Amino acid sequence: MSIFQYNGSAVVAMVGKNCFAIASDRRLGVQLQTIATDFQRISKIHDHLFIGLSGLATDVQTLEGYQRLVFRHKLYQLREERDMKPETFASLVSAILYEKRFGPYLCQPVIAGLGEDDKPFICTMDSIGAKELAKDFVVSGTASESLYGASEAMYKPDMEADELFETISQALLSSVDRDCLSGWGGHVYVVTPNEIKERILKGRMD
Amino acid sequence: MECVFGLVGKGFAIVAADTSAVHSILLHKNNEDKIMVLDSHKLVAASGEPGDRVQFTEYVQKNVSLYKFRNGIPLTTAAAANFTRGELATALRKNPYSVNILMAGYDEESGASLYYIDYIATLHKVDKGAFGYGSYFSLSTMDRHYREDMSVEEAIELVDKCILEIRSRLVVAPPNFVIKIVDKDGARDYAWRQSVQDVTTAAV
Repeated sequence: MSIFQYNGSAVVAMVGKNCFAIASDRRLGVQLQTIATDFQRISKIHDHLFIGLSGLATDVQTLEGYQRLVFRHKLYQLREERDMKPETFASLVSAILYEKRFGPYLCQPVIAGLGEDDKPFICTMDSIGAKELAKDFVVSGTASESLYGASEAMYKPDMEADELFETISQALLSSVDRDCLSGWGGHVYVVTPNEIKERILKGRMD
Repeated sequence: MECVFGLVGKGFAIVAADTSAVHSILLHKNNEDKIMVLDSHKLVAASGEPGDRVQFTEYVQKNVSLYKFRNGIPLTTAAAANFTRGELATALRKNPYSVNILMAGYDEESGASLYYIDYIATLHKVDKGAFGYGSYFSLSTMDRHYREDMSVEEAIELVDKCILEIRSRLVVAPPNFVIKIVDKDGARDYAWRQSVQDVTTAAV
């Protein structure tokens, strides 16, 4: 089994009309065994910027909460006295990952944010920082192939926040149901310029 | 074949571990205590490579004491768990420790807690956790019978059910277990479950 599939994960982000949604599954496993069903894969960097990391859980924790990303943004905030733009943050993550080119963090990030004029921005990258920008949706994790299919089928441009929530939730749940290593519910953040709505989904708990 | 498991109850946390020291097919001793008392209100149940297990847990224990001496207050369970994870994560890409840890603790403000830390430094706060081949039996048994806010008696009953399951279904089941508890009164031994006592040979 590949080391990327050791813990199991699924993350997806979608663009709407002046809003975005980012969602992940909640399973933490060790190969075939499920350890926990409330694992946090998505971190808030600031009110209009979220990052979801799929892949090896220990590296997810090292990058997100513990060391690199939240910490680096806090330093940036102190120096620049403002929040980082999503494009800038994506470049930062890409650089951090490429620093470890020959001994990489085994994660694939999905970054979603509202940029200037509240224009939504999403991107994903591989474990060594190769950025992939998209206008509609990005996916990563063990369920990524199913997520590509489900998102492609369900996505429409310029959805409002409520419809976007429905779409991303259905895409996530139907994809993780076909992947034994991810699932046990979902965690969805829908972000508009004025508010962040965080919701927990109850899907097939198996 | 090392079995370590634990759960959180009402105002306390319990961890149990087998007590066999094994080297290939030989059982060196069957009363090896694998649950270390980290400080007055913390327990660390560790399983894995014997050398790493002792070295790493002692290292964590001494650093936790050092913090207390330097700063005058003890670390919280969450802080100690995060410190442990950090040490494992740093060592992971240099010379990794092969130790899986269940850290149980009691804090005034947040009550009892249990942290699952595996050998590649994955940290998660859990209500019940287990490592090793025994986990296939103990986790399922705990999933079936565990409830929030169990009393000590109910929790011990559940621990005994898990031990019974491991003894009856695991092919090389460890004969003896130690159970330790941590609550507002501190971390201490609770009981030993021994099916094979150490035999002392008569002098020849």
